[in-house]
Amino acid sequence: MEKTNNNIIFDVKDLRKSFGKLNVLNGVDIKVNAGEVIAVIGPSGGGKSTFLRCLNRLEEPTGGEVYFKGNLTTAKTCNINELRQNMAMVFQHFNLFPHMTVLDNITLAPTKLKKEAEKNAKERGLELLKKVGLEEKANSYPSQLSGGQKQRVAIARALAMDPDVILFDEPTSALDPEMVGEVLDIIKELAGTGITMIIVTHEMGFAKEVADRVVFIDEGKIKVDEAPDVFFNNPENERLREFISKVL
Amino acid sequence: MTFSEKFHQNFIQDGRWTYLTDGLKSTIIITIFAVILGTLIGMLVAIVCSTYAKNGKLKVLNYICQIYLTVFRGTPVMVQLLIMFYVIMASSTNKLFVAILTFGINSGAYVAEIMRSGIMSIDNGQFEAGRSLGFNYVQTMRFIIIPQAFKNVLPALMNEFITLLKETSVCGYIGLMDLTKGGDIIRSRTYEAFLPLMAVAIIYLIMVCGLSAVAKMVERRLRIGEN
Repeated sequence: MEKTNNNIIFDVKDLRKSFGKLNVLNGVDIKVNAGEVIAVIGPSGGGKSTFLRCLNRLEEPTGGEVYFKGNLTTAKTCNINELRQNMAMVFQHFNLFPHMTVLDNITLAPTKLKKEAEKNAKERGLELLKKVGLEEKANSYPSQLSGGQKQRVAIARALAMDPDVILFDEPTSALDPEMVGEVLDIIKELAGTGITMIIVTHEMGFAKEVADRVVFIDEGKIKVDEAPDVFFNNPENERLREFISKVL
Repeated sequence: MTFSEKFHQNFIQDGRWTYLTDGLKSTIIITIFAVILGTLIGMLVAIVCSTYAKNGKLKVLNYICQIYLTVFRGTPVMVQLLIMFYVIMASSTNKLFVAILTFGINSGAYVAEIMRSGIMSIDNGQFEAGRSLGFNYVQTMRFIIIPQAFKNVLPALMNEFITLLKETSVCGYIGLMDLTKGGDIIRSRTYEAFLPLMAVAIIYLIMVCGLSAVAKMVERRLRIGEN
């Protein structure tokens, strides 16, 4: 019976996180199935990013359990570094490595962690750059790119390890408005390929269009977890209604 | 005595110039190996201290490192050299080795502080990006943090190495003939202070200028692609 949940990427049970006396997550429960695209929205300070960062343990949960493909990530014996190779993250501020070329940014993890041959990694890196439309920037340095281009490279870097899931932490929040579209287009395209994604975002239209499920996190709990049309058109939750009316 | 006669007496007669060249050789050897040793020690200590500062791990090691930093930055390097030669390694007759060890350990303390500030100056997002890709702590340091930190502190590091080169001039106190001692020996033989000491000063100056030029070049190289 244990192995039947292979299709479940994340199984989160009563996840709690507090910073000192401040309780940010107060018991989050969610199951994420393979291939699902989940948009996480909610007010600032509600715990969206903390929730995402607890999934790959960039933040250490203070309570509850997170299973990644059946492995308890919070267990003492768990090799989180190995698991993280299968759950990539895309950050709000890109966090590209400024001392490396774009291509080296992408090939670093595959060559060092998977011991992939330099040549193969480079080929694959160029392929990924083509996918995000930046093949000609392979030998540029991050400082020579625009914000949108940086984020597209960051997405290519995340894809380079062939992860089971990509965690997006407000990928367009630090971008100039005119660059938001190019990044969202790439993510939309990815959504079509069947890769599992969890996206913390403030882009309601995008969430509506791309997500299979939309999750509303407020006061450290998942208040609503619905398909997009129910979520946006018929919200039952009072707090969500208020939120949507403010942002739309 | 004319200048050329003085020059002849101080440098040519009895092959006195070899005091300078032999001394220079010692100075260079001590400096190079002390730089290597100091960089290694400094890097390790910096990693320990910044790890502790970041997430409170390595408490005991950090404590030891703090003592090391306090002691070696808080006492004159000449005193350290004398203690090393006459107390700690009193049984050793290899003065060059004692000097390298002393200056290496001493320099390590300064390099550690420089590297630590470099590591702390790197945005935490860089660290998180590395960890999120699956690199462990050490790998993240090695591939992502240290190269950037190193680049940021290169001018300060080169400065430290220049200081180290000049500090080795106290080696004469343990009877090791470095460049300064070499010049001083000539002075004691010829009773002529100006020429040998000027020669020593000029040689140091040339080396320092050379190092500065190299530093500038390396820095420019490393800056390629960055603003």
